[in-house]
Amino acid sequence: MDYIYSLIAESYKILFLLLPLLTAVAMIVWLDRRVWAFVQKRKGPNVVGPFGLFQSLADALKYIFKEIIIPASSNKIVFILAPITTMTLALISWAVIPFSEDFVLSDINVGILYLFAISSLGVYGIIMGGWASNSKYPFLGAIRSAAQMVSYEVSIGVIIINVLLCVGSLNLTDIVLAQEKIWFIIPLFPMFVIFFISALAETNRPPFDLPEAEAELVAGYQTEYSGMMYAMFWLGEYANILLMCAMGSILFLGGWISPIDSYPFNLVPPVFWFILKILLLFILFALVKAIVPRYRYDQLMKLGWKIFLPFSLTWVVLTAGFLLYFDLLPKV
Amino acid sequence: MKISRIIKTVFMIDFLSALFIAIKEAFKQKKTLNYPFEKGKISPRSRGEHALRRYPNGEERCIACKLCEAVCPAQAITIESEQRDDGSRKTTRYDIDMLKCIYCGLCEESCPVDAIVQGPNFEFATETREELYYNKEKLLENGDRWENVLAANIKADGPYR
Repeated sequence: MDYIYSLIAESYKILFLLLPLLTAVAMIVWLDRRVWAFVQKRKGPNVVGPFGLFQSLADALKYIFKEIIIPASSNKIVFILAPITTMTLALISWAVIPFSEDFVLSDINVGILYLFAISSLGVYGIIMGGWASNSKYPFLGAIRSAAQMVSYEVSIGVIIINVLLCVGSLNLTDIVLAQEKIWFIIPLFPMFVIFFISALAETNRPPFDLPEAEAELVAGYQTEYSGMMYAMFWLGEYANILLMCAMGSILFLGGWISPIDSYPFNLVPPVFWFILKILLLFILFALVKAIVPRYRYDQLMKLGWKIFLPFSLTWVVLTAGFLLYFDLLPKV
Repeated sequence: MKISRIIKTVFMIDFLSALFIAIKEAFKQKKTLNYPFEKGKISPRSRGEHALRRYPNGEERCIACKLCEAVCPAQAITIESEQRDDGSRKTTRYDIDMLKCIYCGLCEESCPVDAIVQGPNFEFATETREELYYNKEKLLENGDRWENVLAANIKADGPYR
């Protein structure tokens, strides 16, 4: 009986996390399009609901009612599994994200490793989709995407090591609490910049949206998908972007910690600060989409392996040396 | 590489200036019109939906000279005419297939009496093909409805014809 009770309690918690998350993903798509439009002096979606807020809902409804076409020559099982994988992986990583000190689904000790592992697995959904479609463009898109995500994963990993050196713990709550005095964006600013750019590449956002470069590859790995399956790829992608923003704000912007620890700011619930930081990072994501042209493939690889990786590795040595010399290493 | 270029690349000067411009532009006046609610200005010379005009006394202008039928490059116009009891020649049939029409404006240009004109209305989409086979009644009705605008447009564009 206890078992069933805890199962229900856990499901309730998961539902409490997932529903706002999916709503947030829908809103974020709207925000993305809106920011993009504003930079280009357009109005963007503004018809459905107040300020066009329900645009994503309308789109989702449209996708639900569309026919799902499965190409005859595709590997049907993998073809169907791919969007499910992408979306599931994008959603389960939210389990360890701490929204405030006591508001986290599972406060595991290797939270950052879990996050890193899951976001690396994300490439499988894309590879599966590209391969199972049995068509040229999706396959090329999937290969590109795999290479890109693997390359930038490496530099993100090294950047995370930088942060971990300063914290001394893999627990995400501890990482945030370590920033109570000073947010890591200040001492580790170059790492934040590289993290942000790598996050763009990791989530296939412009200027690194080579996997779906519409000029060359139609829509990359999504070419053969339609209806709800396409929408799931799309949801997964945006959930991943949100996750990257959340990761950025946890690692560098002090998670739920309020920027000024004084009277009026103390009253605001910590979750608000966390969401605000995610939103700010996301708006930066959206702005970048509006202003930069797409990278060439060899430039992308060069940036990842020849610039980011050596630079972040050097910075690890510098951080470690600095901490050691001034005896600032976290006591475990 | 020049040193200035290296500095530019490392500190992402170009990117930051682009970001700054993007944020600045985002708060400027939008160029888009909220179409069904706001509409752009239309030139008096614009070539939209056709209309057959009347004289102020209610008589149709068209004299069935068939110049428009002859000049129409898409052969969208069909005219049949007969002589009336008072000796004037008038159309008995004046059809325009709006689906064939290419909206070139040659009919309007060729008309010696400003009878067939293209008005400013471009929002005449229909749900069936049949509704776009305009006949004389429909065209005259258009003329009656748009007469004020049509007359003003012809007057405004007159010096350039």
